[in-house]
Amino acid sequence: MNLLVIAFKSLKQRALASSLTALSVALGIMLMVSVLVINSVVDDTFNQRSVGVSLVIGPRGSDLGNVLSAVYRIGKPSENLPYRVLTQDIPQAAERLPGVKKSTDVIEWVIPMTMGDVSEEGAFPVVGTTPKYFKVEYASGKRFTKKGQLPVNPFDAMIGAQVARENSWDVGSQFTLIHGGADSGHVHDEKFTVAGVLGPTGTANDRTVFVNIEGFFLISGHEKPPEEAIQRLRDFGYEVTPAQEAEIREASGGHDDHGHSGHDHSGHDHAGHAPHGIPDDLKEVSFILVRTKSPTASLMLAPEINEGMRAQAVNPIIVISKLMKLFVGNTRKLLLCLTALIVVVAGIGIFVSIYNSMSDRKREIAIMRALGAHRGTVFAIILGESLLLCVGGGILGLLMGHGLVVIAAPFVESQAGIIVNPWKFDAMELVLFPVLIGMATLVGFLPGLTAYRTDVADSLND
Amino acid sequence: MSLSIRNLTKSYVEPGGRRLPILNVDSFDIADAEQVVLVGSSGGGKTTLLNVIAGVTTSDSGQVVIDGTDVTTLSEPARDRFRALKIGYVFQTFNLLPAFTALENVLLGMSFSGRKVDRSHALELLERVGLNHRLHHRPTKLSVGEQQRVAVARALANRPSLLLADEPTANVDTANQDNLLKLIREACTENSVSLMLVTHSQDVASQFDRVEKLSDFNMPEAAE
Ligand SMILES: Nc1ncnc2c1ncn2[C@@H]1O[C@H](COP(=O)(O)OP(=O)(O)O)[C@@H](O)[C@H]1O
Ligand SMILES: [Mg+2]
Repeated sequence: MNLLVIAFKSLKQRALASSLTALSVALGIMLMVSVLVINSVVDDTFNQRSVGVSLVIGPRGSDLGNVLSAVYRIGKPSENLPYRVLTQDIPQAAERLPGVKKSTDVIEWVIPMTMGDVSEEGAFPVVGTTPKYFKVEYASGKRFTKKGQLPVNPFDAMIGAQVARENSWDVGSQFTLIHGGADSGHVHDEKFTVAGVLGPTGTANDRTVFVNIEGFFLISGHEKPPEEAIQRLRDFGYEVTPAQEAEIREASGGHDDHGHSGHDHSGHDHAGHAPHGIPDDLKEVSFILVRTKSPTASLMLAPEINEGMRAQAVNPIIVISKLMKLFVGNTRKLLLCLTALIVVVAGIGIFVSIYNSMSDRKREIAIMRALGAHRGTVFAIILGESLLLCVGGGILGLLMGHGLVVIAAPFVESQAGIIVNPWKFDAMELVLFPVLIGMATLVGFLPGLTAYRTDVADSLND
Repeated sequence: MSLSIRNLTKSYVEPGGRRLPILNVDSFDIADAEQVVLVGSSGGGKTTLLNVIAGVTTSDSGQVVIDGTDVTTLSEPARDRFRALKIGYVFQTFNLLPAFTALENVLLGMSFSGRKVDRSHALELLERVGLNHRLHHRPTKLSVGEQQRVAVARALANRPSLLLADEPTANVDTANQDNLLKLIREACTENSVSLMLVTHSQDVASQFDRVEKLSDFNMPEAAE
């Protein structure tokens, strides 16, 4: 009979104590696995690879705020940028780089984004952008899949998978927006129509309502009165020639200003406008996403853009990895320490259980010795018991941990829009087993030594 | 000669540090397949003598030669192995390992010997002791008499040359006592195993041709 079989039968003899101690190890490992899985999900979500953007160009202020808002759709942009940043500043900054003739030498694509509104139903963030957004990689090597059409018309929309699911929207659904966030209370009159539905991506795009940026500009209240627009351009340090001034007044002319309750933008009815009729100088965007042809190009381009003092370019990867290191990294460490502690406590439980059983088993050990078992053999049997409890508990915990994730995955996906693969194993989990074997050795050593030292003649006479 | 003891001494050190001599045997022999019963007063050293022969306890001096090997010269692991292969040992009570079935208890004795486990031999032995219907019962599900019969089967599992039995019938009722004794003796005869059996019972002792009183050949006081 194999020593492990002998150890297993001895454990079965004390079934209750054995299963409880193994269960305590299993619970510890289960928690550890959950932490690892959650951690890897967070990692993937906030991972460099999940960002297809080289630079986020936004209002001057917080780098982190801009990235959270532009990439993760958390929080609103603090301010808007004139359209000239897109049409002038970025190409000029690129052309100033040494050895660059045209901006397209270093820039792969530039996509503007407007933000601030939310959908009336479900309060999902609304992003106005160009159809190009859906054609480029949203993460390295990953492109959107979609049902329906790109939002090519001004009042077309493209919705994320989670939006579609939670609002029960599909191609053809119509919806309205609330101005400036869910609590402003003002619902825009304009109706948008869902042209396409994006497939799930596991990114913030899943819970975003995209509308055509032209439509976004056409919404009454999204445009500034000409005087204010001209003043804003001058505040940003742009030159506004008399001809441009005239063009701005001409484009917005003839309309009565009527203040909306709750905010004092002027607005006009989009029905009277031809699409694409708004001059660039009347447009403002929240962010401009830039993809450079190489990582170095983004490193060089960022300071060049920041030089102009109008906008702030930031590499989202740098910001996110800083955040990860600072906050998420430490949380992970803390949680892992806590779960490790639980496993250690479970190990102590095993020690107590085996050690306590030793006094009752002196005679059993003496019988084994009288049958010809070596001291080393009885030591190994006791060690085998602790090994079986630790490793068996560990395997059980691993299955329970992943089982927990299997159960939780659909829930997490529907609640947080995060796709979790329950069978994705973390490399740390492989480390668990050597660690558990080490723990088992430590825990089984002293009881094993008791068995090793058992005096056969004495114990037989008892 | 299956067992031959020469000039054997054994004493215990008492807690106070005083030596307490237990055994002092000049000469004691058991021939191949011979069956000897050992009687003597309680505390006289019968169990100690069996333990020394089995190599479970070490002696102070002298030789214990079993099948040509002086076990007192062996290292502990060698003694363990020798015991597993050559000696069967049956105790007064609680012979069996509670976590294992009757059959497993017999097989365990085989695995500790390092030999190939011979399951059919184990089954044969259990059948021989009349327990083929109790193979998969754990000790707690067996009567004391049945437990002792399993212990006998286990002691013979490795085809030893010497069977030591320390008051094996003491806790068995009279009806089963004779039965068990008969079984031990027959099994030893069939397998040409030498038997050294300790008993208190005059009834048991009277059934043997050779009855040895420990005090007749053990003179512990003379050792000092
Ligand atoms: N480990 C020990 N240490 C000290 N004295 C012991 C030990 N084992 C047995 N003895 C003593 O040795 C004597 C013989 O014991 P034992 O061999 O069990 O006698 P028996 O089996 O004939 O009744 C007893 O007096 C007993 O108290
Ligand atoms: Mg005794």
